[in-house]
Amino acid sequence: MSSAAVVIIAILTLAAALAAATLQKLMHATLSFAVALVGVAALFFLLGAEFVGLVLVFVYIGAVAVLIVFTILLTRRDVGKDRAANWGGAFLAVAVFGGLTWAILKTQSVAVVAPHIRLVTVKRIGEALMTSYVWPLQCVGLLLTAALIGALVLVMEEKP
Amino acid sequence: MSRWILDHLWLIPAVPFAVSLVILSLPNGRHKSAAVLAVAGQVAALVLSFFAFLPTLQTPGFRAVQNFTWFTFGDHALRLGWLLDPLAAVMLMMITLVGLCIFVFSTGYMAGDKNFVRFFAYLSFFSGAMLGLVISNSLLLLFIFWELVGLASYLLIGFWIERPSAATAAKKAFVTTRIGDLGFFLGLLWLYGRSGTLLFYDGGDGCLETGGLNMLGASATFIALLIFCGAMGKSGQFPLHVWLPDAMEGPTPVSALIHAATMVAAGVFLVARAYPIFSLGAINGVTASLMVVVWIGVITALMAALIAIAQADIKRILAYSTISQLGLMMVSLGVGGVAAGMMHLLAHGFFKALLFLGAGSVIHGCHGEQDIRKMGGLRWLMPITFSTYAIGMMALSGVPLFFSGGWTKEEILHVTAHWPASRLPYYFLLIGVLLTALYMTRQIIYVFFGDRRVASQHAHESPRVMTMPLIALAICAILFSIVLTPAWPWLHDYLTGTAADVELVRLIQSTLFLSLVLVGAGFALGIWMYRKVGVQDRQRPADTDPLEFAQPQLFRFLENKMWIDELYARTIIAFSWMSARLSDWMDRHFWDRLVRGFGGIGQLLGVFTASIDERGINAGVDETTVGTRGLGRLISAAHSGQIQTYLSVIAIGVLALLLFYAWLA
Amino acid sequence: MTPTLQLFLIISAALFSIGLLAALSRRHAIFILIGIEMMLAAANLNFIAFWRFSPQSQPPTGVMIAIFSIAIAAAEAAVGLALVIAVYRHYRTTNVDHLNQLKG
Repeated sequence: MSSAAVVIIAILTLAAALAAATLQKLMHATLSFAVALVGVAALFFLLGAEFVGLVLVFVYIGAVAVLIVFTILLTRRDVGKDRAANWGGAFLAVAVFGGLTWAILKTQSVAVVAPHIRLVTVKRIGEALMTSYVWPLQCVGLLLTAALIGALVLVMEEKP
Repeated sequence: MSRWILDHLWLIPAVPFAVSLVILSLPNGRHKSAAVLAVAGQVAALVLSFFAFLPTLQTPGFRAVQNFTWFTFGDHALRLGWLLDPLAAVMLMMITLVGLCIFVFSTGYMAGDKNFVRFFAYLSFFSGAMLGLVISNSLLLLFIFWELVGLASYLLIGFWIERPSAATAAKKAFVTTRIGDLGFFLGLLWLYGRSGTLLFYDGGDGCLETGGLNMLGASATFIALLIFCGAMGKSGQFPLHVWLPDAMEGPTPVSALIHAATMVAAGVFLVARAYPIFSLGAINGVTASLMVVVWIGVITALMAALIAIAQADIKRILAYSTISQLGLMMVSLGVGGVAAGMMHLLAHGFFKALLFLGAGSVIHGCHGEQDIRKMGGLRWLMPITFSTYAIGMMALSGVPLFFSGGWTKEEILHVTAHWPASRLPYYFLLIGVLLTALYMTRQIIYVFFGDRRVASQHAHESPRVMTMPLIALAICAILFSIVLTPAWPWLHDYLTGTAADVELVRLIQSTLFLSLVLVGAGFALGIWMYRKVGVQDRQRPADTDPLEFAQPQLFRFLENKMWIDELYARTIIAFSWMSARLSDWMDRHFWDRLVRGFGGIGQLLGVFTASIDERGINAGVDETTVGTRGLGRLISAAHSGQIQTYLSVIAIGVLALLLFYAWLA
Repeated sequence: MTPTLQLFLIISAALFSIGLLAALSRRHAIFILIGIEMMLAAANLNFIAFWRFSPQSQPPTGVMIAIFSIAIAAAEAAVGLALVIAVYRHYRTTNVDHLNQLKG
């Protein structure tokens, strides 16, 4: 893991994210959003969390981004241009970023380099999911089912 | 079996909870299966409780604790647990026994209600939460169940949601008890902060054991008082008693179970459970926090008994009597008679449930009429209801020798008389005894004696399914007195953890004669005052109360509950109106502007002049019109409806928090 | 030169702020949703970074939390988008400026 690779990927990611936040056309913004997520996934790879990176790609780019595109198509009539940014929001976002950066730089305990670690294999993750995390896993399953049914109920055509 | 249940105490509340879930999933028309399921669940809980009760009989001062870790963060483990000791065991028995009677009664009382199934789901849910509350070994777990019984109470008071009065009463109960619970929660946090544990008993390290108590120090008084706030809310103690009479809007079995026998007693139970905190550092058995408990109890007991004399609704009279009796229990706990207070709680659970179910039977027989001035002459029409009601009434009034209430009340008088701090509570309680006998006599004369009036013309005895629980509870109210007598103080010694012995001499005590005289005087006064109820007098119209005729102003004062609701409306509610208005003003003129202020410094000047123009001029007009608008409108006006405005405020909050932490570090 | 934890935290802070910018300034409901998703991704990046830079634990807590958080974010996105469609059907708009029924 070298700094140069991280910085390059970070710049690409953040540029795509900024584009997603400011582009006027909704479709362009969505595509930029997908690119930004690929960048985040790449960062995950660099950090040694390959599985999470793959999950991010599958879930976000495979599902969420496609869902967003579908939603855009379904609400087509309204998809005009959106104004890029208002000053209040920009000011707040910059202020939050400044505050966070200041806090991060001020905290000495986070200026550490990565220790050498054992790889997190899918096997280990699977074992953890089925042992220590089996209850949260069941709960997430229930939550996803509920969300699925809820989403279906919400978009179902109202009966006349 | 008994061994097994000690390791599976959680099953006792789990059974009614599970039953409640199953009933909730039933379709609306399945009345029969809902009733069968609920009663079966209650029977199962009773059997389990009985097996849990058995081992506590064998060794005096038995205590079984079963702790487990809920979750860990870092080095801290948050632990919860179950506890079985005599206090919990007798509560379990009382709740399941009374609960079973009330469940059976409800199948008759609620027959024909279109939400029959939902009713039993809620009732089972309550039963589970209440059982969980008494066997919690952690203040946090107790608090969780405490809130769950509050929720059940809310749902059941507002059960007939289509009545606006029921909906209002449910809200009032919820909000009023929440005020107390806030104090309780603060006390809980404080306790955790000081002692680092919320477990009651944990092999010497629990917060009720020396390990935890030693760390409390001087803060124990404040923690105890904060916990008492919660007890005040739940147990309807002055000044948070206002919700309990209104809670009578719920179905009568609910009033019997929740608002007479079990839930409202939870406050007393809490004080009894947390007693080591209250009595920490006691000098001669008196601490500042116990002093508060005593005086709140005295005020409540006396005030509620006075108000009960002037009420006309059969259930409201019983509600005020409940408040008064709870005050009595608090006094007992405060003066150091924990066992006496708990004994009265248990006895009260039986006879008050009996009285409420009797009232339910009367209301059922009179086709929904609750005004005692419209009843009368029911004693021949409803003989079973009458005789059981009379037993309940004598137990409540404290007739000595044969009725459970008499023994426990004497026990309380006895400990109160020996309180070192002051004799005054004792004298006040004696007045309370007299008043109790008086208002119960009044009620029984109005309802069961004299001529038949409007509502009792076509009254009829209730079906067997309703009279059987009445008989069972009446028998309990009498038989229970066997274990209460001073001659064989079995329950007292069971609760205090000593072995009981028989000594008949102790049966005769000075308080026995005193209370005999007082109760007799109360009855006589009542009979004399109300002998001509419903009869046209020479001067007095038939429908006025004799006391109302003699002392109209006093009666008006009591009838309107000493104007306490009105007082609250003028002070506390008016204050919250004011603060709502202030928040509204802040929101419109300060926060909103702050958010907008970020909307570009270049635009600021324009916005500013515009807002001066708009608000400076409009506000003057607005303020006068706003003054006449309702509270709800004012609060809703605080919202701009723009999600991004809300989001911005959150972001500002995050920023502020960040700066705060960075500044701290 | 190897990167420190600070670098990753700053990247994630930047991503979070960009997400906040999108959520605060756009008037289209879908944009707000995208912004929220970006903020969630930034939080996940934090989880992974902290996990990678701290002494290892068994099981790998940071990774597990990130996985659960992604699952929950997916559920949130599905419901959110369904809400957008439902709102659009009802009001014929997805502009949040027009959705001010809560205004008093």
